[in-house]
Amino acid sequence: MKTKDKHNFTPSALYGWLGDRIFSSTIFVLGFIVIFTTIAMAVSLYFSGSEAISKFGFFGFMTGRVWDAAISMEFGTWPFIVGTLVTSLAALALSFLPAVAIAIFTAEYAPKWLGYIIENLVNLIAAVPSVVIGIWGIFVFTPWVRDSVYMPIYLWSLENAPSLTPILGNPAGYGMLTATVILTIMIIPFTTALACDSFRMVPKEQREAASALGATKWEVIRMAVIPYSRGGILAGAMLSLGRAIGETMAVAMLIGNKNTLPFTVFGPGSTMASVIVNEFREAVENIHLASLMAVGFYLFLISLAVNLIAAWIQRKYSATGGRAV
Amino acid sequence: MVNNEHLIENKIRLETIDLSVYYGQNPGVKNVSLQVFDKQVTAFIGPSGCGKTTFLRALNRMHDLTRGAKVTGKALIDGKDIYDPKIDPVTIRRKIGMVFQKPTPFPTMSIYDNVVAGLKLVGIRDKKLLDEVCERSLRQSALWEEVKDRLKSPGGSLSGGQQQRLSIARALAVEPEVLLMDEPTSSLDPQSTNRIEELIGELKHQVTIIIVTHNMQQASRVSDNTAFFYIGNLIEYNKTTKIFTNPDQKRTEEYITGQFG
Amino acid sequence: MISLRRRYIRDNIMLTLIILNTIVILIPLFIIIVYVIAKGFDAISLDLFTKELGSPTRAMMGEPTGLVHTMIGTVVVDLIAVLIAIPFGVGAGVMLSEYPDHWANPVLRVLNDTLNGMPAVLKGLLAFTLVVKPMGTFSGLSGGVALAFVMFPIIARATESALMNIPWSIREAGLAIGLPRWRVILSTIIPAAKVGLVTGFLIAFARAAGEAAPLVFTSFGNNYLPIKWTGWFMGPVDTLPQRLYNLAISPYEHWHDMGWAAAIVLLAVIIASFIVARFVIRDKK
Repeated sequence: MKTKDKHNFTPSALYGWLGDRIFSSTIFVLGFIVIFTTIAMAVSLYFSGSEAISKFGFFGFMTGRVWDAAISMEFGTWPFIVGTLVTSLAALALSFLPAVAIAIFTAEYAPKWLGYIIENLVNLIAAVPSVVIGIWGIFVFTPWVRDSVYMPIYLWSLENAPSLTPILGNPAGYGMLTATVILTIMIIPFTTALACDSFRMVPKEQREAASALGATKWEVIRMAVIPYSRGGILAGAMLSLGRAIGETMAVAMLIGNKNTLPFTVFGPGSTMASVIVNEFREAVENIHLASLMAVGFYLFLISLAVNLIAAWIQRKYSATGGRAV
Repeated sequence: MVNNEHLIENKIRLETIDLSVYYGQNPGVKNVSLQVFDKQVTAFIGPSGCGKTTFLRALNRMHDLTRGAKVTGKALIDGKDIYDPKIDPVTIRRKIGMVFQKPTPFPTMSIYDNVVAGLKLVGIRDKKLLDEVCERSLRQSALWEEVKDRLKSPGGSLSGGQQQRLSIARALAVEPEVLLMDEPTSSLDPQSTNRIEELIGELKHQVTIIIVTHNMQQASRVSDNTAFFYIGNLIEYNKTTKIFTNPDQKRTEEYITGQFG
Repeated sequence: MISLRRRYIRDNIMLTLIILNTIVILIPLFIIIVYVIAKGFDAISLDLFTKELGSPTRAMMGEPTGLVHTMIGTVVVDLIAVLIAIPFGVGAGVMLSEYPDHWANPVLRVLNDTLNGMPAVLKGLLAFTLVVKPMGTFSGLSGGVALAFVMFPIIARATESALMNIPWSIREAGLAIGLPRWRVILSTIIPAAKVGLVTGFLIAFARAAGEAAPLVFTSFGNNYLPIKWTGWFMGPVDTLPQRLYNLAISPYEHWHDMGWAAAIVLLAVIIASFIVARFVIRDKK
């Protein structure tokens, strides 16, 4: 760094020193605003929702099961928390192995050109906007899955396993399962991308050590590649989970929008993100709007928690002991 | 041609006949024929890029894993050609083990699991047997006393020298006939290097060892016979003491007197 | 003991499962793309680009309707977002990369990563509180702000990454010939990182261009063209993603068809961004 000689007013010194000051100040201001934005999000959501949170209590609102915007003006986010967690965790569970499998194929088995194509196709899934997947879901997927999957299962259960029927719920097509399946597909690219990167970074020596012991190709992958990439794979899974929790439009368009528990497998449900989008336009009452904002606040907290847990898991399980990716 | 009338001889364990390795069009190793004898240490020396490592890796078919690499000629272990198309490289690699320059314990496995990794590959599950083999291998590689109380700690928690001895134990656990060592001490400190050289002296009574080294003094310390490579060719192969005191080839003499590196 | 044959059988089973799995996962992608292209193509017409939407009755009566106001609105809102996001995103990225000693750096990094992982819907709510409430109306401006919140964390991370890839020796060389630090950054480092910066921007743009959730609370939507030119900034504005959502959930079949048209246009914009990004990378390699 140039010494700041404040008594040297020659043009070139000013150019250097003043230029540096102006430039770095500008940069810092820009950077700080990024910091403030995050804080502003937490603060504004809390304050906008404070009317509801103070009325029903922090935990009261969180665990309240009634969401009635029509008559009693009583609100609680519990159904939405359940909806968010169930769909997101189920989507994560369903997508994990397929996503890792694609990464294994791309990184370990496929010839370069094929790996390149598949990688780009998987990234394309992530690039398609949520609303586009939503419209396809409404007009193509839902009718099909209702007629080919839900109805047959529902009718079968009516005859052969009537106790199962209430759990299955109304096979209208829109609902928890549909939203979960669509979410599963949407979040695969994130796990796959990070897993793939991780596999590519496994040192050659690890693979060779496994081969030298007499391991077959799959055994090398199982013994040397996958364990070494643990951190990256888990990081990808956490990223996928974070995306699932925040996914709004496709879920809003496909989940059927029911605000009360219990949810059923086929039947309609709701998530925190979907209820905000679905009810925002109609929210006339202040308490209704405040409640939606408060739901946003709890969504913020859950997202934050997942992000922090993700960073922690990645650090703990990384084979290289640090930031593996 | 290679003059080897002074070789310390024994039963022939490994033999190559006109073995060549090509990377694409470039020959890394050209027409090497030599014999490696049972229960001895054979060293491969030569300047960087001379092909000694390339040749070593041909002996357990590691080049199969490299795209664009081609091996011609024969490599016989106990008379059978390992490059015979009917033979599976996976089975060869159990008979001919390898230790690499960088110690490579599997970082997510414990010390115990590292050592028995090769056994678990073939489905051996008997705990008693695994325990026995683990202890035997770690004793063979002079690591047992240091780690016997913490067999469950991760393989990566050891020092560099210990990790390399762990890698050796892992290779020995599957009871190979021949152990290939690719510059096993070049990333270690002098003390660890010493220990491993002592180890090699003891191990040779149980397993035939071939060691690639760029350190001439090491070759003269540990090996019975030495092969000198230069630009992909085998220049001279003879008893170690002869190579280092009175070599037959001029090139060899130039190398060991440090006229080129 | 497991025989070698059994091990190979297991190897082959795994490979088969892995290949099957890959095919099965990619099938929905193809189906979606095919449907969007087929149905969208059918619904495209000149009217789409020249007429405004109007009320549902317009469509039901067979009068010409289109999404011209949506297209323009999308351009306006995206442009506002870009103009806001680039300075902040690049600025934050420069701070992270070039001023690593600054005490706020680790905070900035953590918060930027956090912001990156936040659902877009929350960014829309933030823009609602910061812009819509004070202005008293939904507006294109607030929509731009909301999308900027989506864009700039991505740009910041890409910028940091691109700048960190430039070797330290280049900075040293600049300083050694007497250039002040700010000149070194502006005139040597940033141009050297051009490719990474442009790519990062394109990716951020593609992401934000497809987001509907933030816009539902900010630009809100409009079935008509604004009366005055200021209406694009000061009043509710229609954008492709948000309009696609409205059309899809509406009860009118004609609007459903237009939804497909909106979908193919949106998809085209995004894929175009990625193709341009690929081009930029290949060019400089």
